[in-house]
Amino acid sequence: MTDQPIPDSPSEESGASQGDPAFTPAFDHPLLPKERMTIDRTHMPEQDALLRAANFREVNLGYSQQLAMLEAERCLQCRNPVCIEGCPVRVNIPLFIERLRVGDMDGAAASLLDDNALPCVTGRVCPQEIQCEGRCVRAKKGASVAIGSLERFVADWAMAHPDRSKPDAPATSGRSVAIVGSGPAGLTAAGELVKQGHDVTVFEAFHAAGGVLIYGIPEFRLPKDIVQQEVDRLVASGVKIETNAIIGRTYTLRELRDRFDAVFLAVGAGLPVFMNVPGENLKGVYSANEYLTRVNLMGAWNPESDTPVLRGHRVVVVGGGNVAMDSVRTAKRLGADEAIIVYRRGMAELPARVEEVHHAEQEGIRFELLVAPLEVLGDENRWVTGIRCIRMELGEPDASGRRRPTPIAGSEFVIDCEMVVVAIGTRSNPLLTASEPDLALNKEGYIVTDEHGMSSLPGVFAGGDIVRGAATVILAMGDGKRAAAAVDAWLRGEYPPRVEAEPAAPSPMPAARAAAH
Amino acid sequence: MHAVVDRAQLSPNVTRLVIEAPRIAEIRQPGQFVIVHRAPGAERIPLTIADADPQRGTITLVIQAVGKSTEDLVALQVGDAIADVAGPLGRATELLDHGRAVCVGGGVGTAVVHPIALGLAARGVEVISVIGGRSKEWVIFEDELRRAGEVITCTDDGSYGRHGFVTDALRDVIEARGVDAVYAVGPVPMMRAVAELTRPYGVPTFASLNAIMLDGTGMCGGCRVAVGGKTVYACVDGPEFDAHQVDFRELADRLGTYRDFEARALEIAHRRDAAAEAGATQAAGGRCLIPGLASTAEAQEAVEAAGKRA
Repeated sequence: MTDQPIPDSPSEESGASQGDPAFTPAFDHPLLPKERMTIDRTHMPEQDALLRAANFREVNLGYSQQLAMLEAERCLQCRNPVCIEGCPVRVNIPLFIERLRVGDMDGAAASLLDDNALPCVTGRVCPQEIQCEGRCVRAKKGASVAIGSLERFVADWAMAHPDRSKPDAPATSGRSVAIVGSGPAGLTAAGELVKQGHDVTVFEAFHAAGGVLIYGIPEFRLPKDIVQQEVDRLVASGVKIETNAIIGRTYTLRELRDRFDAVFLAVGAGLPVFMNVPGENLKGVYSANEYLTRVNLMGAWNPESDTPVLRGHRVVVVGGGNVAMDSVRTAKRLGADEAIIVYRRGMAELPARVEEVHHAEQEGIRFELLVAPLEVLGDENRWVTGIRCIRMELGEPDASGRRRPTPIAGSEFVIDCEMVVVAIGTRSNPLLTASEPDLALNKEGYIVTDEHGMSSLPGVFAGGDIVRGAATVILAMGDGKRAAAAVDAWLRGEYPPRVEAEPAAPSPMPAARAAAH
Repeated sequence: MHAVVDRAQLSPNVTRLVIEAPRIAEIRQPGQFVIVHRAPGAERIPLTIADADPQRGTITLVIQAVGKSTEDLVALQVGDAIADVAGPLGRATELLDHGRAVCVGGGVGTAVVHPIALGLAARGVEVISVIGGRSKEWVIFEDELRRAGEVITCTDDGSYGRHGFVTDALRDVIEARGVDAVYAVGPVPMMRAVAELTRPYGVPTFASLNAIMLDGTGMCGGCRVAVGGKTVYACVDGPEFDAHQVDFRELADRLGTYRDFEARALEIAHRRDAAAEAGATQAAGGRCLIPGLASTAEAQEAVEAAGKRA
């Protein structure tokens, strides 16, 4: 399945542009729409499930150029491209696909990068099936165009050919912006604002930029060198990044407001939510944040790393979102014979992306569905020995529209395990917000903004999880892009923006906020 | 990068490093800490700021070498540098503003209690420092603490100062002179003993908790500890708490999570083998649990070699 060249080494295909034999269209004559309709959706090669369940290398291997050129032929170039409406950052999808189809890689890359500051990331972690691909007209009759895979292909090509897709440096505006947080919202806003000629400084609390892209999403789904390259590209375009800077501690928001003409707060929703059951402070219980940070940011997946992480023969992960899937698949790769999801609703209600659940199943993850934890059990040395649970059944729909799980009396049972990872969501971190009494917050501690993303403090904007609650990378990026437009208008003295602001893309379902990134 | 500008060995396993960190030196307050990340691949280690010089732009860290990461740190020499220093983190100490306070320091905690003692003295509080070590060579920061007031030094073996534990000296001070607050920093058993001692006297007592943490901003939850029956985070809610409310047993226990890391890993591997023998679930792949994934790597190589031949 891996006999196709993979764009890990696209440099071998370099020199491509319009007319380059490496990127000639898949067909030597233009196809009619009905001919395009006859092409079946191509499939991105993957590492074999048995093999990948024991390594941290990327699961999806990327298109070969042949597959990409063929898939590009499937796009019907709709006059009313509804796919774009499904994209939180409004990538001009038909345009980059058409340029790819004719072999104009420079044009495809330039177009994609103009719309999306982090295309190598979104091409890997976006839930395309509920966004662009969910809207694709071809999905009505068969399978949608594999937009995410094509995006990844073009983005990886652009990354390998940095000189070919570099935009012209903009005229400097003389205005400065501080961005707090270097996750998807912050980096996207940074990329947009630097394009407008503003002087952009991103403040990051950790020692490395990337936020959840670095500490949260595992290597096998989003390689860290890819994230680093995206960050490097932003730095090359003029974005300054100050790591080890905790706003609310190292600097106050007040100081940033004095030093910069505008501030964008994109600190994420950092605090882990625990189950609030007995035994939760036993050794062997991790928040997903801690577990994934140890493994990803601190590199504990590599036994050579100085940072330790516990490994279990049986590991229970509580939760059903993407973070839970990342955690359970990580545990499997760290040697667990049994890596088990415990989730209180059923398979249909899992908030995780379909592809992640599918990959987890292929890798032998056990799903204990309609099960809720009651207590973490420990031995005399206070190490985890198991988790006591109760079976649930689904009742009437609750406020989130999903059927409410209720316990089945007398159905308690114990799952033996040495580790429990709690991945049931996050909540707002008050470290920054509590330091500024005039910053308006809602009752959950998230920042309240106007329809353009400005907070109650003039010139201070906010977006991503610290406004909407835990959501996905791409929704945070959409917020970052939207806020950047508002910040730009503010800096030009044209606030509120004259054009009708696009409302923030709603989170797919309110309940999916829990542990979904 | 943060250059090491001064280094001194204070006791057999305690080292003082003075490093450049101008911003932190300028704004840090007593009780606050930093997270130090020596180099790529190194651990992030929380260390309380023992002193700061805003003019020179330096902070003082006092480090007890207890494992690989701290040994790597104390091996740094003048001219070497630390990649990342994040802070200042945690809440500042709630300093008394009048009366008499005792600062109790045990081992490396003596350095940590030092800025608290100075902060109290600067507010006009009468400070008595009660510090201890196993023997004379383990006593640190005695001269520095004299700048804040009287110092009572104790050694477990009587080789220097008063013979006995810091709690004995503390009891005498409380009974003879009366005390308005006690600040205790040191090994968990010492802080626990101090808390138990002061409880019947009703003396407000604060302990600085050295919990395991990654980020220091509340994000990982690794430093959670029960205080007054409620789970709090040492990094953002502390590091100092009402010592009479702290569950020191849980703190000590959680601090031991990685102490016997290799032994624990072996124990789990044995448990897995036992389960396999008993015919329990055995996943495919023949994974080797510790260290790393050696057997799987071999399997992978074999598969790749086969792929190349094909």
